Amino acid sequence: MQKIGVFVCWCGSNIAATVDVKAVVDAVSHEPGVVYATDYQYMCSEGGQSQIRQAIKDFGLTGIVVCSCSPRMHESTFRKTAISAGLNPYMVEIANIREQCSWIHKDREDATEKAIILARTAVAKLNLNRPLTPGESPVVKRALVIGGGIAGIQSALDIAEAGYEVDIVEKSPTIGGKMAQLDKTFPTLDCAACILTPKMVDAASNENINLYTYSEVEDVSGFVGNFTVKIRKKARSINADICSGCGVCTEKCPSRKAKDEFNMGLSNRGAIYIPFAQAIPNVPVIDREQCIKFKTGKCGLCEMNCPAGAIDFKQQDELVERQYGAIIVATGFKPISLENFDEFSYSQCPDVITSLELERIMNAAGPTKGKLLRPSDNTPPRTMVFVQCVGSRDTSGCGKTYCSKICCMYTAKHAMLIKEKYPDIDVHVFYIDVRTPGKNFDEFYRRAVEEYGVNYIKGMVGKVAERNGKLLVQGSDLLADDQIIIEADMVVLATAIEPDESARNLATMLTASIDTNDFFTEAHPKLRPVESPTAGVYLSGVCQGPKDIPETVAQASAAAAKVIGLLAKDKLRSNPCVASSNEMLCNGCSTCENVCPYGAISYVSKEIRSAGKMEVRRVAEVNEAICQGCGACTVVCPSGAMDLKGFTNKQIMAEVDAICR
Amino acid sequence: MSIEKTEDSNFEPLIVAFCCNWCSYAGADLAGTSRLSYPANVKIIRVPCSCRVNPMFILRAFQRGADGVIICGCHPGDCHYSTGNYYARRRMTLLFSMLDYLGIERGRTRVEWVSAAEGVKFSTVMNEFSKTIHELGENKKLRDLRCKEFLD
Repeated sequence: MQKIGVFVCWCGSNIAATVDVKAVVDAVSHEPGVVYATDYQYMCSEGGQSQIRQAIKDFGLTGIVVCSCSPRMHESTFRKTAISAGLNPYMVEIANIREQCSWIHKDREDATEKAIILARTAVAKLNLNRPLTPGESPVVKRALVIGGGIAGIQSALDIAEAGYEVDIVEKSPTIGGKMAQLDKTFPTLDCAACILTPKMVDAASNENINLYTYSEVEDVSGFVGNFTVKIRKKARSINADICSGCGVCTEKCPSRKAKDEFNMGLSNRGAIYIPFAQAIPNVPVIDREQCIKFKTGKCGLCEMNCPAGAIDFKQQDELVERQYGAIIVATGFKPISLENFDEFSYSQCPDVITSLELERIMNAAGPTKGKLLRPSDNTPPRTMVFVQCVGSRDTSGCGKTYCSKICCMYTAKHAMLIKEKYPDIDVHVFYIDVRTPGKNFDEFYRRAVEEYGVNYIKGMVGKVAERNGKLLVQGSDLLADDQIIIEADMVVLATAIEPDESARNLATMLTASIDTNDFFTEAHPKLRPVESPTAGVYLSGVCQGPKDIPETVAQASAAAAKVIGLLAKDKLRSNPCVASSNEMLCNGCSTCENVCPYGAISYVSKEIRSAGKMEVRRVAEVNEAICQGCGACTVVCPSGAMDLKGFTNKQIMAEVDAICR
Repeated sequence: MSIEKTEDSNFEPLIVAFCCNWCSYAGADLAGTSRLSYPANVKIIRVPCSCRVNPMFILRAFQRGADGVIICGCHPGDCHYSTGNYYARRRMTLLFSMLDYLGIERGRTRVEWVSAAEGVKFSTVMNEFSKTIHELGENKKLRDLRCKEFLD
């Protein structure tokens, strides 16, 4: 039997003016378990708290009910009071007689009656409370960053700077991501490589950062503070330890058929290649599907010419297993496939290109060494047409419903760069809306229009067709209410961006959620934008939603700050109000596992004594470090084995009974 | 609330409201801070999430003499636990159609999404709901008289 003390607060006149506090004290003192009841002007004041402490000691109270303001206001205060008097903090219940009683009811009789009911409800619940202690789990002081683009690099650098070890897992042979492919960046027109490559070098040379390039995450288990991750290091066919990165092998390779991914397929590369000159690590990789040695067994020119003897055709994939305290997802994006957009003739006309392809063409290290030339015949164009929102803001089902956010700005950038280098080229931009929310963004766009004379046309493009080596672009000019046809030499499509294809698989491994577009969802859209709903998993960059480089870097640093905050702790204390399974009742049906949004429930085989016999049963086990205490599992459990500590079935039933008495 | 009250014209309904801790309970608090009144016969039970509400709790409330039960949660998409309110919505849809089949009026049960910023909505919903229950009159069908006597 509990020994309960009830403390009714006047809250000055906030409660006492409408509720007869003496009547409440009288009424609850007859409730079962109540051994002491009193009232005071301000329970939360030091005077009130010391009364509570004194009563706990004098009457040997096992639990207290405070009838006062909302628990959202002072529950933590009174829990601390309980702790200081040696009482378990979870033996405190609050009856909300201010926000939900005295402040909304004017009739004194009604309000007093309701206050009594609320107080006795709290007493009924407290009678069934059990002391709870938060679980503790150790923290592995190392972080994993999945994705080695600017987001991953920034997060890793920040975490490493704080003194913690970080591993970056990147699936391609080099870090750098999409930003490495860009020519210039808006709105300052900095060269992307000039600002990115130093960061790549920093990441590679930082002793706290370990790079796993050409590697993929294969499996994730564990929970916040204690993840176990399997990483597959794909075989490069090069011994990276002795390779000097001289590049002789890449020159000698006779196979030249493979499309160069880094140049968006605008040029060819060898079967052994380094993606780009500043790649990190500067170690080539053999594309086994293209390599003549792997296909026919005859060749090996690279092996013969390698001065270091680093070529290793027999290299195998390697699986490594490592422990991490926290994981940052920074898997980034890719442009969508244009197969649903035949009207732009992208697949038929080589001179219809995507914006990312234009970035490569404009780049001094690109396939044309920075000269703007038509891919079809390598001649300079005279007229260029840009089409915005290709696949973005598309409700027809062919593309994406969302705005890709970066296209308005990079199209303005492209138009400006072209006008700057080749003032004679006519540049037309078809747009639905121009969206420039960002620091110095609108000024940048206006410069493109006013200073450089880029012709912006409000309207959509209906068709692009090739005729006599020219591209006929048919579109509408909504402002002039006219159909127009422009004879262009090149058409650039501002293609929508979507999450990388690895996102879906990774989300399953991490039990992190993704939305209908495969973007990772954040724990709270406003207040917890860099955390995923899964504890210990953080989001960085475009994997969470379209964003530009400054926003990506800001989010990357924010995610890093969250990780540092987590790794700085030696032990994690978890909320003790979590689900727990009664293994005697559990029938191992997996229903609870299916509804758990956090993957906190797993099944174990346990030896259980039943009817005098020992038998092995499959029973649910809740990981208290992962469970957030929503209670979804408690309702689906057909055998009633699942319950939520602090909000047990019995406690809520007791509350219902007390209210309906 | 006793049986005799049935004949009483001053019928005061008893309403149990389950409010999720993160949105609706905070919305109820906001209604209080903004002094937006609603009938005193609405009594709130705090649960961590609307998905914590077991259909058994609702049946129990009716059995013990509640005249109406309302479940309030976060708006779809805003659940603190990401998916809890969707579970609640499905469960309650099922439960309510079953209660309907048993002859319990649809109006006696309700699911509402109230955010922490919607104090006005909370009080409006409670006023409306209380009015509906007033019109429906006392819950007689599910009330278990034996447990009433046993308790008294």
